[in-house]
Amino acid sequence: MALIRARLAWQRATVLELIDETPRVRSLVLDAPTWQGYSAGQHLDVRLTAEDGYQTERSYSVSSAPANPHVTITVERLDDGEVSPYLTEVLRTGDQLELRGPIGGWFTWRPADGGPLLLVAGGSGIAPLMAMIRQKAALRSPVPVRLLYSSRAYDEIIFREELDQLVAAESELTVAHTLTRSQPEGWTGYSRRIDRAMLEEFAWAAAEHPLTFICGPTPLVESVATVCVEMGYAPERVKTERFGPTGGAA
Amino acid sequence: MSDPFVSRGFQGRRQRSESAQRLPPGQYLVESFPVLSAGPTPHTPLEQWDFTIVGEIDEPRRWTWEEFQKLPHESITKDIHCVTKWSKLDTTWTGVSLDTLLGDITTSADYVLAFSDGGYTTNLPLEDVTAGKAWIVDIYEGGPLAPEHGGPARLLVPHLYFWKSAKWVRGLRLLAEDEPGFWESLGYNNYGDPWKEQRYAGD
Repeated sequence: MALIRARLAWQRATVLELIDETPRVRSLVLDAPTWQGYSAGQHLDVRLTAEDGYQTERSYSVSSAPANPHVTITVERLDDGEVSPYLTEVLRTGDQLELRGPIGGWFTWRPADGGPLLLVAGGSGIAPLMAMIRQKAALRSPVPVRLLYSSRAYDEIIFREELDQLVAAESELTVAHTLTRSQPEGWTGYSRRIDRAMLEEFAWAAAEHPLTFICGPTPLVESVATVCVEMGYAPERVKTERFGPTGGAA
Repeated sequence: MSDPFVSRGFQGRRQRSESAQRLPPGQYLVESFPVLSAGPTPHTPLEQWDFTIVGEIDEPRRWTWEEFQKLPHESITKDIHCVTKWSKLDTTWTGVSLDTLLGDITTSADYVLAFSDGGYTTNLPLEDVTAGKAWIVDIYEGGPLAPEHGGPARLLVPHLYFWKSAKWVRGLRLLAEDEPGFWESLGYNNYGDPWKEQRYAGD
């Protein structure tokens, strides 16, 4: 029988802080007094209401660790979008937002789920994976984590400084970046789309029985998930989520 | 909530009225066809593919890919609505009506659980997949259904949120008692009517 559960109610949150992560990406730190506990990887729904009552909704992954008292979403501005330009350009500290969640029980990680973890992100697909990395750090989980992160250019790497700091502080966290469009002088990371050779070099051997989370644009997710299975990863331990522009107005 | 909520400075982009009327609450229009899957895309060779009906049935039914191709196909044009908020209008499909597949079956079942390659499942009342409401489709917009969209064949139940239209479908289990599927066990609504905005458990 299906579980009977209480409806996820719409709640009001106040914008505590706006963080410009890159020229196109802004994090919204929210004070949501009635927000319940959640797992790293989950998302929430945002509902905007115009003065005439017109409403629209979008989903955003939570990028903060559940251990953090303030829930944070990280939003990429889509030039033809309806909601993301509002969230990244109009919204100010102190404004209110309506949201409900947490949502999604599959693309989630708790320290008790173990690892080792392979995290693969494309662009703003880093958001739910950052929640996992932050949760690991906050709870001092010994689970080894490898993050392979594809961005177009150096100044589009979201959370770059924080990732550098976490790598310096955490012996069990390894991060590799690849830049697909342009690389700064002296760049020592990868400089191409994620491919099989890159994963074979950087990812866990199948014998390590890794738990994999992949989040990004569809072509990246499709190809990385396929390579993981070809490398012998158990398909049921390869979890995927699409993120970023759907081609429509988000 | 007491006073009506207004998002300061939000104008919004309203759809043309004829499109707006076809959008369930909380949905927005897309022209593209987004891909959402919980795991890797399975690739089952057609010679290993079959479609079966099992469960509350005296003799389970089975069709190979070749047999399935010979069943009467029909063309379907429907709007589809994903729980992640996008809707796509006038999508065109070709497939076999579940009325054809279930046609001469006698069953005491009131529910079905669709099952797929890769382990995905989704549950539906039997009456939601009969009387011209559901199909097994293998053609999208005139061509073979792409693997990332559920090919070689997927369930199409367009009056419910699109997670009910199971990709890579391989059969139906006829059930006397309802049994939650994959997303239905992970916080999503058991029924999923987009017009009632039944996204999550409790909606």
